[in-house]
This record gives sequence, structure tokens and C-alpha cells, in this order.
Amino acid sequence: MRSDVTTRVLGTLSIAALALLAVMALVVTPADVNQLDAVRLIYIHVPLATVMYAAFGVTAVASVLYLLPRTRARKWDVLAGAAAEIGVVFTGLVLVTGSIWGRTTWGVWWTWDARLTTTAVLFVLFLGYLALRRVGGDPDTQARRNSIAALAAGIDLPIVHKSVEWWRTLHQKSSLLDEETFLHPHIHGSMYWTVMLGIGAFLLLFAWLLIHRYRLAKLEDRIEDEDLERALAERRAEALTGSP
Amino acid sequence: MTHVGYLIAGYGATFAVLASYAAWIVSKKRALARELPPEERDPRWP
Repeated sequence: MRSDVTTRVLGTLSIAALALLAVMALVVTPADVNQLDAVRLIYIHVPLATVMYAAFGVTAVASVLYLLPRTRARKWDVLAGAAAEIGVVFTGLVLVTGSIWGRTTWGVWWTWDARLTTTAVLFVLFLGYLALRRVGGDPDTQARRNSIAALAAGIDLPIVHKSVEWWRTLHQKSSLLDEETFLHPHIHGSMYWTVMLGIGAFLLLFAWLLIHRYRLAKLEDRIEDEDLERALAERRAEALTGSP
Repeated sequence: MTHVGYLIAGYGATFAVLASYAAWIVSKKRALARELPPEERDPRWP
């Protein structure tokens, strides 16, 4: 059976970009004056966090599209679920890599800093959302419930982003993605381009994962429907023959 | 190079988790696709 060319190209590009990132991050870029080689963790931590925002952003937009009567379609709920699952995986990795970096730079694995705490809350909220998706019900009620829960959980997303400005935090302010630093970033040269390469590489991987996870969810739906139809057909046959 | 253990843990965990997750998605998708009758399978989704 032939594979989809788009996803194959996307997959190949992701692997190539991630390999280049590993070389740039671990070999080419210099060590930082203060953080020494621990700075190399930033080249994966920041891109992972960017994908976390992107994934939950997709979940929020797809949930809104499901809730709007004009655009309501089952595919939006499926897409929201697929993106949320990927988002949870990336958020877990953001917390792990952040914790490792924190140990080298702050001397602790964890502190109840606003950025760290709101990110951990985001992780738990979307784990709850994924659990809620497994609760039964008729498909429309289920999808509406999922969409409302995703939007409620998504409220934490801008709070995570703004936490370093709203509260005095141990976590540094945004180096790249805020209004002030976007055009005049605080990091320069090969370090800057390596972070950008990391963001591009992980976004490519996110796109690949999202397409495949969406297709898997659609397949799960189809097989569930077929199992239901088969069970109903068996019950009808039993009723007609009069056997228990 | 300093912090080698931390770098191995950070990069190792990230790439291991993402590779395992991608492999899980692809293998489960293939297993489910096999459950469908051949005429209903989407040729783009192996």
C-alpha cells in the first residue's frame, strides 16, 4: 500500500531538521558565559514550549469551530483531541527539560514559580480533558462537552505566557516571543538561529504527528462504529431467530 | 564540556519519548487499518 507523499516528505524533513538541530545545539554553538554548556538545553526546551502553545492553540480553535453551529462537524472534535494529546506529551517534556535546566542553573529541580506552576496546571488540565474525552455519551453531547472543557482548560494558556510579566518570577522573561523582543531578541548569532531551527524542526514534527494522530482517531471512530453495527446486527438476528 | 549528564538526560528523554510516541501512533494506525475490509481502506493511510 502506498504511503501519503505529503506526510512522508514532512516526516523526512522533520528527521533531517532534528538531526541538524542536534549538531548545531551540541557541537556548533558555543557554551554560554554564565550557564556554560547547560545553555544547550534551551535549544530543545524553548521549541518544545512553542509546540505546546501551538498544540493547545489548535485544540482551542478546533473546539470553537465545533461549538459554532455554522462550522459544527465531528472532524473538529477529533482534531481537538489529537492536538491535545500531542500537547500533553510536549508539555510533559517542557516540564522535564525545564526541571533539568533549573537544576543546573537555579540549583533546584522544582520551585513553585509562577511560570512553572501555571505550566504544571496546564499539563494537569489537559490530562483531565483527555480523560473526559473517554467518558461515554451520544457523539454530539460528548463533542460539545469536550469543546467546552478544552476552552476552559485553554484559559491557562495566555496565563502561562504572561506569567513572567504578571508576577515576579525566577523564570526569565521571554527571550524571543513577546512584543518587545521579537524584533530585537536578547540572544544573537548562532545561539539565536539554533533556537529558531529548533522551533522549525519541532513544528514540522508536530505537523507530522498531528496528521497521523488525527488519522488514527478517525480510524478508531470507524472501527467503533463498525463494531456497534455488527453488535446491532447480531442482536437483530438473535431476535428474529428467537434464540437468547 | 560541562553538565554532560544533564544534557544526556534532557536530550535523551526528549528524543526517546517523541520517537516512542511516533512509533506507537504509526503501529496502532497500521494495526487498526488491517481490521478494515480492504475495499474500505484509504490507500493514503497505510
